[in-house]
Amino acid sequence: MTQPLIDLVNISKSFDGDIVLDDLNLSVKENSFVTLLGPSGCGKTTTLRIIGGFISPDQGKVIFGGEDITKMPPNKRQLNTVFQKYALFTHMSIADNIAFGLKIKGKSKGYIQDKIKYALKLVNLDGFENRSVDSLSGGQQQRIAIARAIVNEPKLLLLDEPLGALDLKLRQDMQYELIRLKNELGITFVYVTHDQEEALTMSDTIVVMNQGYIQQMGTPEQIYNEPENAFVADFIGESNIVDGIMVRDELVEIFGEKFVCVDKGFGNLTPVDVVIRPEDIDLVEPEAGTLKGIVTHLIFKGVHYEMEVTTPGGYEWLVHSTDMFPVGKEVGIHVDPFDIQIMNKPASEDEEAVGVNE
Amino acid sequence: MNKSKNQFLAFPYIIWMIGFTVIPLLMIFFYGLTDRSGNFTFTNVLAILSADHMKALLLSLALSTVSTLVCLLIAYPLALILRKRNIGTGSFVVFIFILPMWMNFLLRTMAWQTLLEKNGVINSLLSVLHLPPISIINTPGAIILGMVYNFLPFMVLPIYNVLAKIDDNVINAARDLGAGSFQTITKILLPLSVPGIISGVTMVFVPALTTFVISNLLGGSKILLIGNVIEQEFTKGSNWNLGAGLSMVLMVFILISMTMIAKYDKNGEGTAF
Repeated sequence: MTQPLIDLVNISKSFDGDIVLDDLNLSVKENSFVTLLGPSGCGKTTTLRIIGGFISPDQGKVIFGGEDITKMPPNKRQLNTVFQKYALFTHMSIADNIAFGLKIKGKSKGYIQDKIKYALKLVNLDGFENRSVDSLSGGQQQRIAIARAIVNEPKLLLLDEPLGALDLKLRQDMQYELIRLKNELGITFVYVTHDQEEALTMSDTIVVMNQGYIQQMGTPEQIYNEPENAFVADFIGESNIVDGIMVRDELVEIFGEKFVCVDKGFGNLTPVDVVIRPEDIDLVEPEAGTLKGIVTHLIFKGVHYEMEVTTPGGYEWLVHSTDMFPVGKEVGIHVDPFDIQIMNKPASEDEEAVGVNE
Repeated sequence: MNKSKNQFLAFPYIIWMIGFTVIPLLMIFFYGLTDRSGNFTFTNVLAILSADHMKALLLSLALSTVSTLVCLLIAYPLALILRKRNIGTGSFVVFIFILPMWMNFLLRTMAWQTLLEKNGVINSLLSVLHLPPISIINTPGAIILGMVYNFLPFMVLPIYNVLAKIDDNVINAARDLGAGSFQTITKILLPLSVPGIISGVTMVFVPALTTFVISNLLGGSKILLIGNVIEQEFTKGSNWNLGAGLSMVLMVFILISMTMIAKYDKNGEGTAF
């Protein structure tokens, strides 16, 4: 029941000598909502296009439901795509757009009519059959693009930054719509975005990509709370990433002060990257903190205050707190042991390339 | 910018339009609707109904229709191929196609005369290869060839312009929804490029219908198109009234073509040179 629906095996692809995907392996389980997340140029869209059949990989295989479809043209694949900027057919009515795939498959008129009605209802656009594409707003066009894809009852729906062109409020509404659709239809979604919040909100599984490599794959909680490397930590949410030395198990030294943590197995006196989320830093009285610093910036963000605390070495810690400390005040920095994430430093330049230098 | 200054800037163009478009047009109307002594008459316009004139008009319509269709059949696949190329090579190929347009129209047509002549380049080559000579020159076929050769770029460019603007993802979407290559062309690309086709058809059909140079050079003096008839009335016949009257009839066909453009190409996409 939860066998992989799509398996990408050793996929490599380069354009004009630039390697976009390097030996990528990815498995998507049936009925899951997988998000490929990363900055532009990380290979996420290329991965989606390879699954869709619009680009063929230089090496590797695409397995769909146990069958090798690497060489299969897009029109034969049992999946559908929702494109960036919708790609609706402007010379057709809304009904004809939705009916396009069904007409090509030679479905009966009655069946097509029922399907159009059903799909429009599903995306909350009943009665839009005879409207023209140009008369719809961006959000409505996006819903039609989704309706056009799902009437074909694909096993897999690919979504290429479908909400990228919408404004914030509409984007948030559409996120809930997509989750609802996914649950009602019970089909597998592979979603591409560079928006980490979108990824965290909607996905069962997030695949963080950078420069053609998968950096980390996991549930939104895992990705956010236990980033595996500095890139993931930096890309997902905001982070303080500082140099540290692992003194021994469960004790790390940052800027000359020792912090108790929960990580083990890094060896003794090993240089490491330490990641601390801004909301995990507690500002206390100077004597009560492990590090002392001075508040150098203060911005009110609504839910919380965003502050920068500069410690003697010159590092500016980003701190989110509901308590306000005025600029110029000396404060102590305290971090609970389980809020400290320890990561190995990149061992080689190659690994560095997949690191934070984006 | 205040309004009066803008109007001032438009002034030279208004003079131009009045001097070179409106006045000549009015003169054509004047000559077309009067006889030699200046009395109002419809004779010159109705002269199109005479057997000779009708024959020339129908032949012109037939040849320009065939040329337009041939141009369309050559240009559409070419524009499709150009669309597929990446931008760099695509525009280079377009450049190659426009290149002959930079040479004088007369020269290009005379070149064809040299090529097609009885003892011309093509027949010389054929005789070297011991093949029978072909006699195309002074036939309707030669005129069609000349028209297609001269006007093909006017068909390629508007179609290419429209096709190039179609988002790749629209084509991908059609493929994604199950359409094969052929269905993608007939159901998506063809309907979306109608504005380009209409303006290409007009831009080939109108000059082909009115030409007299191509028929003079490649048709000898045997084949009379309506353009030749009008030309002769103005030059040899010295009957400006008749020439102008026949021109007015031809203008009706041109107006029909222009209306078609206005109807289908509302955004001016197809004519974007």
